Amino acid sequence: MPLDQAFVGRKYPPTEPYLVGREKIREFARAIGAAEREFHDPEAARAIGYPDVVAPPTFPIVFTMASSHAQIVEDPELGIDYTRVVHGDQKFVYARPIVAGDALVCVNTVEDITTRGGHDFMTTRSDVTTEAGELVVTVWAKLVQRGED
Amino acid sequence: MEKTYRVTRADLVRYAGASGDFNPIHWSERFANNVGLPGVIAHGMFTMALVSRAVTEWAGAPDTVVELGVRFARPVPVPDTDEGTEVVVTVTERGETDEGHTKLAVTATCQGEKVLSLAQAVVRKR
Repeated sequence: MPLDQAFVGRKYPPTEPYLVGREKIREFARAIGAAEREFHDPEAARAIGYPDVVAPPTFPIVFTMASSHAQIVEDPELGIDYTRVVHGDQKFVYARPIVAGDALVCVNTVEDITTRGGHDFMTTRSDVTTEAGELVVTVWAKLVQRGED
Repeated sequence: MEKTYRVTRADLVRYAGASGDFNPIHWSERFANNVGLPGVIAHGMFTMALVSRAVTEWAGAPDTVVELGVRFARPVPVPDTDEGTEVVVTVTERGETDEGHTKLAVTATCQGEKVLSLAQAVVRKR
């Protein structure tokens, strides 16, 4: 069964805020081998104008993947078979870097669904803002659900 | 600019923990084989994180990336050896955006094969 086109444009309720921790940023930076001091040392981050350590560019995936998975991929009405899903594309557009201490809310939307050659392609968008509504980053993921054998 | 990054199973385990992506295709040979993969593969987002390292290094700043996008073209198999594998990332300047930011074209290869396509970044000038 191809994915239902009627889901295009569906917007899910804002998530509970994700509280960005200094140690989580450090852990993520270490895991990807990123040594820039501003990812690890609050003093270095303050020296370039931030209140605390800044996060590496792909850090938002830590909470956008989990929340879009919980809301969209596991939406029983949409009926995605995750065992057939592979990650197709990923894109981030930043208004500013994420900083330790941010409390970030995601609004997840199904932006596009297409079916081609028996495979389904779904693009999700996560609009990531502070609780006050300041845009921080917009995240797009394209998932490919391979056709059934 | 060309950067070579070594990727081992230990890196994937560490990345799984840090990112929260515990899909067993990134740490279990048995599971990977059962779903038709030749073996454990790196998280696509780990490869993208290596790209982000090359881009922030190119920019000379940790906070100037305006845009980062990739298409995952081919998996990165990571053998269970001390050496693991290598991902080679290149970053090349490709002009300016309308806003005056710098456009970068990015490639990533593993064992000579392209693992990303349509990879690009935009960075703000400092």
